[in-house]
Amino acid sequence: MASALLSFFGGILFAVIALHGPWFIRLPVRFFAWLFMGTPLLLQLFLIYFGLVQIGIDLPAFVAGVIGLGLHFAVYNSELIQTAIIAVDKGQMEAARTLGLSRGQALRKIVIPQAVRDVIPPIGNNMIALLKDSALVSVIGVSELTLTAQLAIGRTYRPFEFYVVAAVCYYIINLGLEAVLRRIERRVQAAR
Amino acid sequence: MDFELMLRIYPFFLEAAWVTIQLSILTTILGLICGTLGAAARLSRFATLRFTGAAYVSIIRGTPALIQLFILYFGGPQVGIQLDAFEAGVIGLGVNIGAYMTETMRGAIISVDKGQREAARTLGMSQFQAFRRVILPQALRLMIRPLGVNINALIKGTALVAAISVVELTYTAQRYIGSTYKPFEMFLLSGVLYMVIIYVTGKGIAYLDQKVRLQ
Amino acid sequence: MTDQSPFVDIRHAQKSFGTLEVLKDISLQVQQGEIVAIIGPSGSGKSTLLRAINDLDPLTGGEVWLEDMQVNKALPHRQYEAHINKVRQQIGMVFQHFNLFPHLTVRGNITLAPRMLKGLSAEEADKLAEEQLAHVGLSDRIDYYPSQLSGGQKQRVAIARALAMQPKVMLFDEATSALDPELVEEVNLVMKRLAEAHMTMIIVTHEMGFAESVCDRVLFMDEGVVVEEGPPSVIFHNPQNERTRNFLRKHLADNNG
Repeated sequence: MASALLSFFGGILFAVIALHGPWFIRLPVRFFAWLFMGTPLLLQLFLIYFGLVQIGIDLPAFVAGVIGLGLHFAVYNSELIQTAIIAVDKGQMEAARTLGLSRGQALRKIVIPQAVRDVIPPIGNNMIALLKDSALVSVIGVSELTLTAQLAIGRTYRPFEFYVVAAVCYYIINLGLEAVLRRIERRVQAAR
Repeated sequence: MDFELMLRIYPFFLEAAWVTIQLSILTTILGLICGTLGAAARLSRFATLRFTGAAYVSIIRGTPALIQLFILYFGGPQVGIQLDAFEAGVIGLGVNIGAYMTETMRGAIISVDKGQREAARTLGMSQFQAFRRVILPQALRLMIRPLGVNINALIKGTALVAAISVVELTYTAQRYIGSTYKPFEMFLLSGVLYMVIIYVTGKGIAYLDQKVRLQ
Repeated sequence: MTDQSPFVDIRHAQKSFGTLEVLKDISLQVQQGEIVAIIGPSGSGKSTLLRAINDLDPLTGGEVWLEDMQVNKALPHRQYEAHINKVRQQIGMVFQHFNLFPHLTVRGNITLAPRMLKGLSAEEADKLAEEQLAHVGLSDRIDYYPSQLSGGQKQRVAIARALAMQPKVMLFDEATSALDPELVEEVNLVMKRLAEAHMTMIIVTHEMGFAESVCDRVLFMDEGVVVEEGPPSVIFHNPQNERTRNFLRKHLADNNG
């Protein structure tokens, strides 16, 4: 949940920076995005969890997991939002500037709301992917669903049942998310 | 940055990268097979097959790949399936990506214009002939790019098998992070190799796409 | 009206894209309350000139003044931004493709800028929106989204949105070109009423009949220069320049053919 929020707002932030920021911020952000899109999430989780310790920041595994998942999906969301921002008609920015709005105001009030509306379905899909990938943080020792199943297995030696139960839990959450997403989509469609 | 260390251990990473490549290739092949069967089932005339296909896609896409791997590798022996970690990795990931490929292929096939099929049928072709001669060639053209996206995700997805101790890139990185306490260096080494694999694959797919488009 | 210093003053405007010269040393003075039409073939530079007035297409040479304020002042980026936003609040503009904000209702479209930039309260802005909509005859559409309106209605809302900022000048960039023929008249009517209220207007248009009936002065532009200018009676019925005659003849033939 925390990761989802981080990935959503981080995505918007990255998108705006990647498109409109000054070059000395824009380039590192683009490089960072390129790095995160080209390597596996699991590897990134290791880097964040163990890497921060190396430079003297000892984060609990949960926080590292949230940051890792959040950043990873923020990068993916940012790509979607960038495309959407570019796709918003140029006339929208012009009309807003003509009324006297500054570039930042026009982005915030006119362009970004339209872009976000256009990317709700694909971002929703990313959220669902995020839910599933949250299983990965079990590897760095966050006690979520997957790790809980592992612990139960350690006690009972019945891996098949417990993993299937865990899978069913994920599946149910997933179905719920999809239903919510479809609802939001329909609502947004109406306001077009 | 400890470059000396990186120079010393990079051969292990190259070896691990080779495992990742093997995993990727085998998984892609299995994924394509599962995807083709899945798409055929989902577009079938028989309701049972359609339902089976839909259930496959929904269940696999609705649960984490990591759990699927665990069920197969740790849970398998309990129901009489003994696989080593590498085999479990290929089968688990292949069946997983196959569900995504099913949707890609189905999407490509149904996006070929309905008029195309009607035109073929009015020329006197059978349903099967129309599919084979008219629909499929066009659909294949449409699906190369999105399948490329699936394969890109798959390559990064092979990192998951580190969790069942297949000695591939991520596992190797993790192991050396543990023994050297140099996470950034290890990330750099394995990250670069992942990027190279993904880059080369991407180029190959773009080339294939280009070639098909020229026909 | 006594002769006074010009309200909008364009001095030696020059604009080029690479080696292509779109505006070649154009000067234009518009008095307060005056209504000027700019006509000419497409590619003549008339839209570029109009868009230079609020610096949407910055000039490469020359100056634009609104009263005693230079619009295209050379300033450091930050100061320029603050300056141009102030200037643009005083210049209303209407686009060919309306450019209404699709995610906001009609009310939202009209109240956004007054609330953000003039600090109006929600109630004040609402009252303003109601007034402006009454002027353009769309009071009953205040809670509609742009997608629910016809082209003519959209353009009337766009005019109301611009007027809500109480601009000193209104710029119209082919405001009726994208409309179905039967919807043109409702927009023209709104513009006529504005003219009667002595709004200063600069209108780029293809509607010769409208230009003749509403405007005080007509400029004919071609290839980046003002070929001929004068009162509509002269330009439309007794043009002095060969190119003006050719253009009008061709335009008439196109519209009747």
